Amino acid sequence: MAEQTKREPTLRVAGLTKRFGGLTAVDHMDMNVYAGEVVGLIGDNGAGKSTLIKMISGVYRPDDGKIFLDGEETTFVSPLEARRLGVETIYQDLALCENLDASVNIFLGREPMRRSLGFLKAVDRKLMLTESQSVLDRLDIHIPNLRKPIREMSGGQRQAVAIARAVYWNARLMIMDEPTAALGVPEQRKVLHLVNTLREQNVPVLIISHNLQDVFAVADRVVIMRRGNKVGERRIEETSIDELVTLMVGGELVREE
Amino acid sequence: MTLDEQSATLPKHRAFSGAVGETMRRGSVLIAFIALCIVFSLLSPRFLTVSNWLNVLLQTATIGIVAIGQTFVIITAGIDLSVGSVVALSGMVAAVSMRAGAPAPVGILVALGVGSLVGLFNGFSVTYLKMTPFIVTLATLAMGRGLTLAVSSGQTIFGFPDAFNFIGGESIAGIPVPVIILLLAFLAAYFILSRTVFGHGVYSVGGNREAARLAGIPTVRVELLVYVISGLLAGLAGIILMGRLDAALPTSATGLELNAIAAVVIGGASLFGGKGTMLGTLLGALTIGVLANGLNLLNVSPFWTQFIQGAVIFVAVLSDSLSQRTAE
Repeated sequence: MAEQTKREPTLRVAGLTKRFGGLTAVDHMDMNVYAGEVVGLIGDNGAGKSTLIKMISGVYRPDDGKIFLDGEETTFVSPLEARRLGVETIYQDLALCENLDASVNIFLGREPMRRSLGFLKAVDRKLMLTESQSVLDRLDIHIPNLRKPIREMSGGQRQAVAIARAVYWNARLMIMDEPTAALGVPEQRKVLHLVNTLREQNVPVLIISHNLQDVFAVADRVVIMRRGNKVGERRIEETSIDELVTLMVGGELVREE
Repeated sequence: MTLDEQSATLPKHRAFSGAVGETMRRGSVLIAFIALCIVFSLLSPRFLTVSNWLNVLLQTATIGIVAIGQTFVIITAGIDLSVGSVVALSGMVAAVSMRAGAPAPVGILVALGVGSLVGLFNGFSVTYLKMTPFIVTLATLAMGRGLTLAVSSGQTIFGFPDAFNFIGGESIAGIPVPVIILLLAFLAAYFILSRTVFGHGVYSVGGNREAARLAGIPTVRVELLVYVISGLLAGLAGIILMGRLDAALPTSATGLELNAIAAVVIGGASLFGGKGTMLGTLLGALTIGVLANGLNLLNVSPFWTQFIQGAVIFVAVLSDSLSQRTAE
């Protein structure tokens, strides 16, 4: 980790805390994510992973602690604000409009305009289609018909559209919440392949998963949470599924780095 | 519908049949419309004449204009039941103000203003007060009709400036003015719905409100605006209707909302939201107009005409709910 500490992390959270009434869901959490790195965030149910993610993506306001993006302290007042600053979150239930096609979804809310009939400003559908095609090509995603509503696509294709949108709008950090949970095996593999593509394009990915196999397949590093705390951090090649499970459920003393 | 049920396990043939069903449904309005025209032209020699078609278009103008506004609302998964009352109310308030000495342009602005205000009230109740569109507009349907009766003391008001008679009854180059207004409203609405950011917003709010919000769509403003547009166009229809009759009737346009909603649904929009086109709505309104006209030419009793219109609406809604099922 020596060479990494010299660099500024893309995401740094320090002492992040969230309480719901008497329950402390996340308790003084520290974590870094560096450019070009895939970090797996794992933990048992109720460990605080989702709460942590929701603070980073602007859904919850932290009660305490700080969030830094490329060294700059940020406070997100809304998910929209977080997205504007380049933190893209891909949720389990996907924030896509199923009645609209892939290109409209990629550009929704940020449509390019052109002049029409000399005085009208119209949405530039043609540009949207060609740009969508080029970002999908860049990510090696094949969607036969860009004009087909998302509803008629498979889960993996939808996931891919969501990822393509994030990439097109220059995501600084990609958060993926259980990205493979709803998918069949071939589709899971495709999504994991996409995560690798993102790493190659230097976009850091924070991935939450119940599936330790997935985490082992793509992550460079794993952060383990239990009862709102970070109980461990391992490079993927230095650990095993057994050790991670032990850390998650809290069987033995934790060896901090 | 959740994603968990979808994913890769979605059988290809089902997705395929869904797509085919969708295409068929989109074309089915056109096919039904053409079939209807062929049947009527075979049964009645008067059907396929220019004067009869101008008549159909004239009859369709009011419903068509109201249905255009309704389309925006229905695509956001809302509904506007108040439009019939708004047509009557806006016409009546304009009539009363002109009787009190207001000139025609003021009368027109008053009608459009009253319509927009009721729309604003509907939109405000739906967005800020988080009330159900069906209930809100059911209430404004009753309130609007009550206000119309109160403002007019239940009396019909006759006699308006020439401008109103022009809008309601004159023709330009042989085409009745209401028909020209319908076409202009259609072109504007077509452009707004399919080629503007607002139009995309309307579809996205109806498709997935949360996703729309996350994408930066001002969902509250979009929803508020669709009701204002619907009210505004109902006000416009009110002007046309009173111009055509040269009278403002407190009971005019009763039940118009049902025909307008029917036109939108026959045109392929879904009451579940997220789906519908202006071209479909125009065809839907024309289908209703042609049906009434053709049955009338064939001397079918008005009782049966009403029954047949109801049956057509039933089939349209049935096909909507069937295609919804295939999509899931």
